[in-house]
Amino acid sequence: MIDEGKPIFVQIAEQIEDDIIDGVYPAETQVPSTNEFAAFYRINPATAGKGVNLLVDDGILYKKRGIGMFVSDGARERLVAKRRDAFSDEYLRPLLAEAAKLGIGAEQLTRMIQTAADERPATPHIQTTPTASPSKGVSA
Amino acid sequence: MSAAPAPTSIAPAVQVSGLTKRFGSFTAIDDVSVTMKPGRIHGLLGRNGAGKTTLMQLITGQDFATQGDIHVFGEKPTENPRVLQNVCFIKESQRYPEDFQPKHVLRSAPWFFENWDAEYAEQLVDEFRLPLNRRIKKLSRGQLSAIGVIVGLASRAPLTFFDEPYLGLDAVARQLFYDRLLEDFSEHPRTVVLSTHLIDEVANLLEHVIVIDQGRILMDEDAETLRTSATTVVGPRGAVDEFVRAREVLHRDGVGGLASVTVAGLSASDRSQAAAAGLELAPVSLQQLIVRKTDVRETGIEQTA
Repeated sequence: MIDEGKPIFVQIAEQIEDDIIDGVYPAETQVPSTNEFAAFYRINPATAGKGVNLLVDDGILYKKRGIGMFVSDGARERLVAKRRDAFSDEYLRPLLAEAAKLGIGAEQLTRMIQTAADERPATPHIQTTPTASPSKGVSA
Repeated sequence: MSAAPAPTSIAPAVQVSGLTKRFGSFTAIDDVSVTMKPGRIHGLLGRNGAGKTTLMQLITGQDFATQGDIHVFGEKPTENPRVLQNVCFIKESQRYPEDFQPKHVLRSAPWFFENWDAEYAEQLVDEFRLPLNRRIKKLSRGQLSAIGVIVGLASRAPLTFFDEPYLGLDAVARQLFYDRLLEDFSEHPRTVVLSTHLIDEVANLLEHVIVIDQGRILMDEDAETLRTSATTVVGPRGAVDEFVRAREVLHRDGVGGLASVTVAGLSASDRSQAAAAGLELAPVSLQQLIVRKTDVRETGIEQTA
């Protein structure tokens, strides 16, 4: 689950962001503690704390003293907006670079995207996952 | 009766400066200065014979330095009970009295460690499946290592060293050790120093990494900083050479028209520049990085073993 090359704390922050976008942690719910994240991902607790603090600095999470970390109101909407801004750089450009390498033109690529989209079963916008906290058993 | 000075969170747990240890004409530790902050898990890494164990012996007051200063929780460690009762050193070659059984070790541990948690030790004995009533001489290598791991965890010493603690432990038992270490460290923060060759296995547990090579400190960095400090660039030889020209090259490899070159850290703009040039970027793990830095073939230092 943790891959090399990217700071682990950034990956922890992204993982929590993903879970907020997916609706695992709705607004005003508590997220697992730093120590729970550390144990689950098998990483140093300070590293996990750094990831959580990244989201606190961004206003995505906020701290309730003596209780824990909670998802801010409107966090999901802000994360979706941020990810949309990054979509072109992170997904479209690499896709186009690979397509160009293979001689796939923009028009053909558009058709391929349309075909793939048609084949894809309709999925609800927000996926709800039954567990609100990460469970053991997912391989690291 | 024991007025153990509570280690404050600001003072370093270990402070070593200008430390040298010679055995005859052999210099095992060569002018080493290093600081270990409290409440962190440190990795002390390096090749066989690099000086890891000697350094730990000096810090834990088991040997005298030829030169230099060592302070553990602000005091000199040698023959200093105030320091030693706060230190636990688990070593690969721990010896026990003749006819000792694991239960004798666990029974005597509280004499040395005031934070000893007997209940936790019992839980670990179950989990590691350690036979308590067998003579230690008759135990397997892995069971012997399990004793050390259990003592190291249950002692909850403010400064705990694990020197290759898991010889003979199978993968399940090692994972158990890592999980319990993280868990117990979270609940009872303390300063831990983990010395090991299994760098890949412990890389994510570490907050700080100290690499020692031929008695000298080679790296002394935040683990997170090291993780992203090197990148391997792969692609057509010409394009790779062009890209790495002005950079610090750690390693070079290639096959046919393909080159693979490891360089020191890249910025975000370096990365997009590489992508634009059609080059692939691969991360370098902590283990690979240390191999690159300590392999004499890489550094060009000729040496006969």
